[in-house]
Amino acid sequence: MAAHLTFPKGGVHPPESKALTQKLAVETMPLPDELELILGQHIGAPCSPIVKKREEVAEGALVAEVKRGLGVPLHAPATGSIKALGTSAHPIRVSVPSITIKVDPEAQSTPWQSVQDWQNQSAEELLQAVHKAGIVGIGGAGFPTHVKLKPPADTAVDTLLLNGAECEPYITADHRMMLEKSAEIVEGARILLKILGITSCAIGIEDNKPDAIAAMQAALEAAPTDGLDIRVLALRVKYPQGSEKQLIQAITGRKVPAMALPSAVGVVVHNVSTTKAVYDAVVLGKPLIDKVITVSGFGIKRPANLLVKIGTRVSDIVEYCGGTTADLARVVLGGPMMGFAVSTLDIPITKTTSSILFLSEDEIDTRPHSNCIRCGWCLEACPMGLEPKEVGIYVEANRAEDTEQFGIFDCFECGSCAYVCPAKRPLVQFVRLAKMKAKRT
Amino acid sequence: MWNVSVSPHVRSAESVDKIMWTVVACLVPPLILSVFIFGIQVLLITAVSVISCMAVEAISQKLLGKVVTVMDGSAALTGMLMAFVIPPGVSFLIPILGAVMAIYIGKHLLGGLGYNIFNPALLGRAFLLATFPVAMTSAWLPPLTDGAIFTYLSGGIDAVSTATPLAVLKEQGMAAFREAFGTPPEIYSSFFMGWRPGSIGETSGLLIVLGGLYLMYRRYITWHIPVSLLGTIALLTWFFGGETLFSGDPLLALLSGGALLGAFYMATDYVTSPTTRTAQMVYGAGIGALTVLIRLKGGYPEGICYAILLMNPLSPVLDTWFKPKRFAPPLGGEK
Repeated sequence: MAAHLTFPKGGVHPPESKALTQKLAVETMPLPDELELILGQHIGAPCSPIVKKREEVAEGALVAEVKRGLGVPLHAPATGSIKALGTSAHPIRVSVPSITIKVDPEAQSTPWQSVQDWQNQSAEELLQAVHKAGIVGIGGAGFPTHVKLKPPADTAVDTLLLNGAECEPYITADHRMMLEKSAEIVEGARILLKILGITSCAIGIEDNKPDAIAAMQAALEAAPTDGLDIRVLALRVKYPQGSEKQLIQAITGRKVPAMALPSAVGVVVHNVSTTKAVYDAVVLGKPLIDKVITVSGFGIKRPANLLVKIGTRVSDIVEYCGGTTADLARVVLGGPMMGFAVSTLDIPITKTTSSILFLSEDEIDTRPHSNCIRCGWCLEACPMGLEPKEVGIYVEANRAEDTEQFGIFDCFECGSCAYVCPAKRPLVQFVRLAKMKAKRT
Repeated sequence: MWNVSVSPHVRSAESVDKIMWTVVACLVPPLILSVFIFGIQVLLITAVSVISCMAVEAISQKLLGKVVTVMDGSAALTGMLMAFVIPPGVSFLIPILGAVMAIYIGKHLLGGLGYNIFNPALLGRAFLLATFPVAMTSAWLPPLTDGAIFTYLSGGIDAVSTATPLAVLKEQGMAAFREAFGTPPEIYSSFFMGWRPGSIGETSGLLIVLGGLYLMYRRYITWHIPVSLLGTIALLTWFFGGETLFSGDPLLALLSGGALLGAFYMATDYVTSPTTRTAQMVYGAGIGALTVLIRLKGGYPEGICYAILLMNPLSPVLDTWFKPKRFAPPLGGEK
């Protein structure tokens, strides 16, 4: 077998910490009493509610729509009644409008069983189905999927990439999906290829998941070919391989220009779990109302891969997983490299939450930072060829507005620089501050 | 209450303290060997140098109202390196003055760790050379051959002081050099082991190279600066170091003076060297060229100390000349 692919420049190898959950099959979490649906679930425009207080809603019913702008509709994850149109805590925006649903445990049915034939539908009809199902990139970025499936008319897309890298430590949700839902993901890929009107697809999986590579390969061999060229590619483990630009470079050798979309180099990238959601939407008619998340870290009693309804509160998940341990020190929504630390458990899962990490004192590093010693390790680690140390020094000298010269707008905040920094400098924080103050020219 | 901070939430196990103390540890074997080459007093000089550097660091930080970080190992490393580049027969009080120059003026008055323009240890040495020109250029000792490491403790250093190989070569020529140190194969092996007159920690090529290779294995330093520096010294010495063109002895040039110590431990100092690989190679080559220039044409027999100090302030400039390559420019080219 040829050497496994990876991106050439920068990157780091944090401890993978996936052993906590990678062997645990996905379990379905029982319905909580209430679900909180944040109206701005993802990048783009927030939804506006179309339901009233005390109104009864069935599982999968539309509860909020996008009035204008880029966005997708929102559906009731379970049958129940609207308890409130209020606000929820949010890891970044502090307080955001939301819909609270009181779940009716008696009235649950098991819809989404009948399989529909999608082969006879047109690409446009399939695209509409994806849009109506409220699908966004559920790997974390949350870009509306139907928009990515309709690349600008002046670009010639020839390749679909499925992102199964899952390069963030701890997280095993995509890993389990690829093992347990391989056939659905392959079917989803075939749907995506039809929507895009192309035939070439590569599924990139890091080689620390040999079982997932084998499962996807087997599913691929079991599926009809139809003249499509779908391949599974093993990638050499390196963070941030799951970043769109790095994944595209690793697999195709193409470099997406700064400020441009992948379609500029003829590529569209979707996460494997998003692809499974596309399958659900098109074949089962099921909107995006639940998702698999990884609950991990040494700060939770029982780590797990859980299928949860969108809107499930973290506090309910903690209760289901046996509570937290005494040495819990930090709670993170998302991965340890790019996720957000939260100060409360009263926060609901959104369409883009991939994991909740309960990190103990031993897993985090709270040593105070010191001056930059100009070792240059951050330059070696940066996958974008930037100079994080200079940004930090400028920000500390109150010259954040002069940092555009260091290409800060190319930075996608992967955190590789801060990970390797021996002086423990908060380089991502410096870059965020710089982005706020620097003038984008 | 949980800890809330910006990502990433996991950090590598490396730290400034770990790097500094590891480099200090790499310098311990050459120091022990130096005791057997030059006598027990080198231990005293080194101890005074390390302790005074750490003390000056603590006092400076207190005086300047900064957090005292004396245990991060950087001052200890400066003290160690400064002792390594002074002659083994000097008064043990000399490093105290060097420490004030290196740490207080050379480091903390310029902003502390990370903001010093010049390598503090070499700045300290340059200051001592200007302040005690006689001691710093004549307190060389002939290597001990009998293991009597207490020989020089009870004085009598003046009676035995000798000249370094580079000084003999510069002032008396190749014939006198051969007479004093032997024929090439003997010289190479004795110099490589460390049995030659020189500064406290510069003579053992073997242990310096081993320590340097260990630092590379740990990825604390890379090959770029040492290889470009030593390569340039070897090449230019071969060109111009002999009676005629292309007749110099490159191996002798590398094993003499402070070339190896400078290449692996001084020029690779993070703060005062460039950060991109290309800039590092230009920087190393520049130091090598200046070293040979001073050795062959300058007033001193050895030039690496001044060569590094001259290249130090160019580091930030080299970093702006040789920037890392951006992933991909925007469509339509760079703004």
